[in-house]
Amino acid sequence: MFGKLSWSAIPFDQPIPLITSMILILVIGGTLGLITWKRWWPYLWNEWITSVDHKRIGIMYVLLGVVMLIRGFADAIMMRTQQAVAIGGSQGYLEPEHYNQIFSAHGTIMIFFAAMPLVIGFMNFVVPLQLGVRDVAFPTMNSVSFWLTASGALLVNLSLFVGEFARTGWLPYPPLSEGSYSPGVGVDYYLWAVQISGIGTLMTGINFVTTVLKMRCPGMSYLRMPMFCWTSLGASLLIVAAFPVLTATLAMLSLDRVFGWHFFTADAGGNPMMFMNLIWAWGHPEVYILVLPAFGIFSEIFSTFSGKPLFGYRSMVAATLFICVVSLTVWLHHFFTMGSGPAVNTFFGISTSVIAVGTGVKIYNWIFTMYGGRVRMTVPMLWSMGFIFTFVIGGMTGVLLAVPPADFLVHNSMFLVAHFHNVIVGGVVFALFAGLDYWFPKAFGFRLHEGWGKASFWFAFFGFWVTFTPLYVLGLEGMTRRLQHVNIEAWRPMLQISALGVGLLVIGAACQVIMLVVSIVQRDRLRDDSGDPWDGRSLEWATASPAPFFNFAIMPNVEGEEAYWGIKVKAIESQRLSEEPEYHDIEMPVNSPVGFFTAAFASVTGFALIWQIWWLAGLGFAAAIAGFVVFAWRDVHEFHVPAAEVARVERARRASREALLEQIAAEGATA
Amino acid sequence: MTDHPLPAAVETVRRVREDPHRLGHRGHSDDRPVEGAGHGETGPARKRIIVGYGFWIFLLSDIVMFACFFAAFAVQLHATAGGPGIKDLVEMPRVAWETAALLLSSYTCGLSFAATNARSKLWTQVFLLITGLLGLVFVGLELFEFIGLAQRGIVPQASGFLSAFFGLVGLHGVHVTLAGMWLLTMMAQVQLKGFRPEIVHRLICFNLFWHALDIVWIGIFTIVYLMGATA
Repeated sequence: MFGKLSWSAIPFDQPIPLITSMILILVIGGTLGLITWKRWWPYLWNEWITSVDHKRIGIMYVLLGVVMLIRGFADAIMMRTQQAVAIGGSQGYLEPEHYNQIFSAHGTIMIFFAAMPLVIGFMNFVVPLQLGVRDVAFPTMNSVSFWLTASGALLVNLSLFVGEFARTGWLPYPPLSEGSYSPGVGVDYYLWAVQISGIGTLMTGINFVTTVLKMRCPGMSYLRMPMFCWTSLGASLLIVAAFPVLTATLAMLSLDRVFGWHFFTADAGGNPMMFMNLIWAWGHPEVYILVLPAFGIFSEIFSTFSGKPLFGYRSMVAATLFICVVSLTVWLHHFFTMGSGPAVNTFFGISTSVIAVGTGVKIYNWIFTMYGGRVRMTVPMLWSMGFIFTFVIGGMTGVLLAVPPADFLVHNSMFLVAHFHNVIVGGVVFALFAGLDYWFPKAFGFRLHEGWGKASFWFAFFGFWVTFTPLYVLGLEGMTRRLQHVNIEAWRPMLQISALGVGLLVIGAACQVIMLVVSIVQRDRLRDDSGDPWDGRSLEWATASPAPFFNFAIMPNVEGEEAYWGIKVKAIESQRLSEEPEYHDIEMPVNSPVGFFTAAFASVTGFALIWQIWWLAGLGFAAAIAGFVVFAWRDVHEFHVPAAEVARVERARRASREALLEQIAAEGATA
Repeated sequence: MTDHPLPAAVETVRRVREDPHRLGHRGHSDDRPVEGAGHGETGPARKRIIVGYGFWIFLLSDIVMFACFFAAFAVQLHATAGGPGIKDLVEMPRVAWETAALLLSSYTCGLSFAATNARSKLWTQVFLLITGLLGLVFVGLELFEFIGLAQRGIVPQASGFLSAFFGLVGLHGVHVTLAGMWLLTMMAQVQLKGFRPEIVHRLICFNLFWHALDIVWIGIFTIVYLMGATA
């Protein structure tokens, strides 16, 4: 009746997961209770859960990403503290079985459920605004994408309380991940959580390729698009090319595990190395799916806070597309030690080195963007400059690893761990914090507190280096990754310094939380009335903060590169706004619960498949399909926003802009 | 902009300065940009183009997924673990009938769309029905093939090669089955809602999907069955 599910699935005998889940259940239950008590459900349902507004979906993605980032960070704290104490005679406080689940969960959560939702959240929020349009190509599918990602996150967190998580690392390498060596449900949790969220991500990719290529405001030709749109396009193209590979590979592994097939088994003609090749054919593009939008965020920030157009815009576009293509030809550098022979290793070594050229072009472009500019040292700019320093060093250790003979020496060592954290934390996470600060006013109408933001940056920056520099050293000394316990006394100081670094990172994270609270408390003082708090250059700053749900009353007409800068300069020179246009009715897509229901049924189906409750899996799948058919039957797709309403919202914005113009004129007169 | 016309040279200077790379012009043709095609100069594309375009992108991703199963098949072609190889499973007459049914269904699917363009509900439904029946013939024949193989002990659990074989061919079969369910939904929608724009858009997507499955089958027919029979 309930497949493999029984009471023994709940870890009553393990205090850490049990207490954590109890706290989680209390927090979630408390939140739900508060929502019910305050009668917020109608608001949440109508304005957020069923929303198809790309800005709302973007904000929900970012929220999900931040929550999971904290969850993944908790795993990281446990790993670093365990390694700092489990030396020689001491076994530390985490059992090997538990420790293996923690590092697997850490990687899985950070990549799939923290970094990806954050990156996609920014794409959702920013790209349509920058393109000067009112929504993405497929608004309802966008909602489905988000809720499927949330469904995957739910399953991963459920594994904490019901059953166990994978002990195989963030990529479940066979034969260890096969049924014979991992008979529990841990790998199944991994497979279905990632599979469900992966389908959501694939739909996002399709959505954004179509949006960028087919939905741009008049005059927004390719080479007038802001850099973030270009990098989002690059990331979306890679999603379309790479995520089906993930889907296929995980499906094969599932067939092996559930039905005893032999795609990747060590016996009966299965081929484990085929799994490595397939998973990294997805996995390496995935790295660029994360980092390309990050590059886009930095490009916007460097240009805005240097008061200059982006240096070498066209070479930046070329470098983005170069990275996009070459990222599909480097996957084998993740397993040079597989023994493919010198010719194959040489090819992938060279392609890996060559891809750094594209990134190098970008680094120089950012530096030259600052050169000769009026650099404002704001919080986003600090993260961006910290990024250049950190990322260049991470990149160089990457080029070192790209040389096969050198890679053989440090393969799967702590050196590798330090390297990829160097590029992913320094590249992606720094970008996400920078972007959070940069676009926060556009989302909520007030800026984030600067002092706490700067404090957070400095603690995170130094915390990062104190944590990971020792790991480089340990890697060179021969410490391999994923060790629950080490016997070598000499490594103790380095491991303890690393744990100290995590302490600094914790303070940095606390500063972020305080920044958010302080900013909300002081929101009237930090209010952005202008809609353009940073003296921006692209179209998202042309509309009000927070942006109205229809984004633009009149679709902008772009006449050159840096669409908004041109409009702004013209307005300041002539000391008046452009003529007030005639307003028309706007058609906007209606809200839909289909995303929420699909994901709810997908969660049920996923849970049933994990525990092999076949009737429930069939029921959940049928319900999801039925949900789609019901959705397809709806007759109303759009609603009209009357011209009068559009005019009312737009006139408020124009009034604040006119006040700003007068202020600029007055300052000019006194100067 | 100036109020009076500028001399030609000044006009050129102005144009180069405002649009140095002639972005507002399509290099390969003198035609004006097509309104609603989403080329950037004229604003967002029409819904029909957006829907079709997005579906093409989906098809590309789907074909990448098939490519992985093709790759697995190629890698494991000889990983038979002492069991039956590809030569032992190919039954050409049955595969020929399967192929004929599927290719013919693609033709009738095209006819249904011609009828859609002519806004003929009757003929759209007739040809969709024939398409669906031919799809059913295909899936049925494949099912019998699999049952027959299983009776001879040829199952995916037997070897890496058989996993790859059943994985690739089965994935296509699952696609055709799901497409058949979509077809039934579309027939019901056409019947009850008529040719509304969104229904026609979905018919376009359905047609693209059905033809894409045909193209994948041609790959399977060639690489698995034809090359297998002569292996």
